[in-house]
Amino acid sequence: MDQLYREAILDHYRYPRHKGHLDDPDVSYHDHNPFCGDEITLELNIEDGVVVDAAFDGRGCAISQASASMMTEEIIGKPLEELRGWTKDDILELLGIEIGPVRLKCALLPLKALKAGVWGIEDWPHEE
Amino acid sequence: MMTSIETIRADFPILQRTVKDHPLAYLDNAASSQKPLAVLQAMDDYYRHTNANVHRGVHTLSEEATRLYEGARGRIGRFINAGSSKEIIFTRNATEAINLVAYSWGLDNLGPGDEVLITEMEHHANIVPWQLVCQRTGATLRYIPIDARGDLRLDLLDELLTERTRLFAFVAMSNVLGTINPTAQLVARAHTVGALALVDGAQSVPHMPVDVQALDCDFLVFSGHKMCGPTGIGVLYGRRDLLEQMPPFMGGGDMIREVHMDGSRWNSLPWKFEAGTPAIAEAIGLGAAVDYLSELGMPWVREQEHALVNYAVEKLSQVEGLRIIGPDGDQRGGVVAFTLDDIHPHDIAAILDSEGIAIRAGHHCAQPIHDHFGIVATARASFYFYNTFEEVDRLVAAMEKVQSVFSF
Repeated sequence: MDQLYREAILDHYRYPRHKGHLDDPDVSYHDHNPFCGDEITLELNIEDGVVVDAAFDGRGCAISQASASMMTEEIIGKPLEELRGWTKDDILELLGIEIGPVRLKCALLPLKALKAGVWGIEDWPHEE
Repeated sequence: MMTSIETIRADFPILQRTVKDHPLAYLDNAASSQKPLAVLQAMDDYYRHTNANVHRGVHTLSEEATRLYEGARGRIGRFINAGSSKEIIFTRNATEAINLVAYSWGLDNLGPGDEVLITEMEHHANIVPWQLVCQRTGATLRYIPIDARGDLRLDLLDELLTERTRLFAFVAMSNVLGTINPTAQLVARAHTVGALALVDGAQSVPHMPVDVQALDCDFLVFSGHKMCGPTGIGVLYGRRDLLEQMPPFMGGGDMIREVHMDGSRWNSLPWKFEAGTPAIAEAIGLGAAVDYLSELGMPWVREQEHALVNYAVEKLSQVEGLRIIGPDGDQRGGVVAFTLDDIHPHDIAAILDSEGIAIRAGHHCAQPIHDHFGIVATARASFYFYNTFEEVDRLVAAMEKVQSVFSF
């Protein structure tokens, strides 16, 4: 029925992975989506250019929070070099759903925080 | 007049469509209403048979277009009982109408020591223009707070509305809380301290009888698309003597009498405020919309929505975990904003959409209200006369589905 709310998304929303805070994060970035009030703080520990630990805290809709949980789980162990190339398609693949333009902002908030927190890229995603 | 809802619904082609394999239940009327065939046909006829620029040509089409355009102005004026069609200025929407007053009247009349009074329940359209103009002029912007129920704190009115107040701008009906404010009474209070009164009628003009002479307001603004008309057309009603004194808002063609290299003279009302080619088809569409609404009768429209919203409040109140914000009963227009457990309103709206039910989720361009209640966003169902009790039942039933999807 609700393709948007497939079981994996609801599972991450109900039982978010890596939710909380790191003791002494190398990177901490807070971002929000003023349109709907989704909020996320993303924290990373980085060693030799690799994400060795990650956590997020936040509140908002199921899509934004599930996206944060899935992304955080996925980026641990990955080199920053690889993550820098991530696009919206990588997030949509994780979520496994198709998504309209309004909810896309919710889905991409965690990646937006990652890009801004690590590389200072503030204008991502670019307006299309 | 008495017509069955089914007959009325047949006037709105879009209400026959399905969404996600369900019949559409359109409950987002406070954002924009649907359009009856009469409006679509009036605009289509104009483009097929009459299309030409207004106020310019001496050819037949231009004369006919001008007659249709100015005829619509006259009927819209009568719809709100304006004394003269010179008091009806076409704008893009209510937002532009407020900006017109803010920039034309505000920049000329406000200065340090002056105050503009608005309320905590305003739409951003009636907040931001005043913030901008107060910054430019050094005037102070003040707010009437709302109470826990969602009513204005009128007990503070004496304190806030003083001889320093130059303009009191307030919403006749809140687009979030549904609160219907005592408009005539507030206008009278503004006048006792010598302030002008601007009424934001974006949610009142479409939904209840509005008579500018009875209200005695100085300005009234509303948008066409929320009252069966097209987008891109709105109205500023202004008292003639005030409009006469105000400088133009935008310059260009049609708003001038004479243009010379060293200066220009302005056209008379209402054209002084209508620079450039106006939204002709849209004005004609709005004219057809007010004819349609007049035929239904605005008291009937209000009664119908009152019954729907009372039923919705009663039924939604029975859903466990559902919290409605705003006042009860007679003081509520056809709007119900609510939260459900701690489920984000976007998730509520998305599940409802999968059932063919259209509602709005977010802050509805009224963030101060949400700040007041300590919530980021609400889900909002808003009704128009073509909605049915069965659609309310579907809304309530869908809440159970939302809860089952998000139950932990």
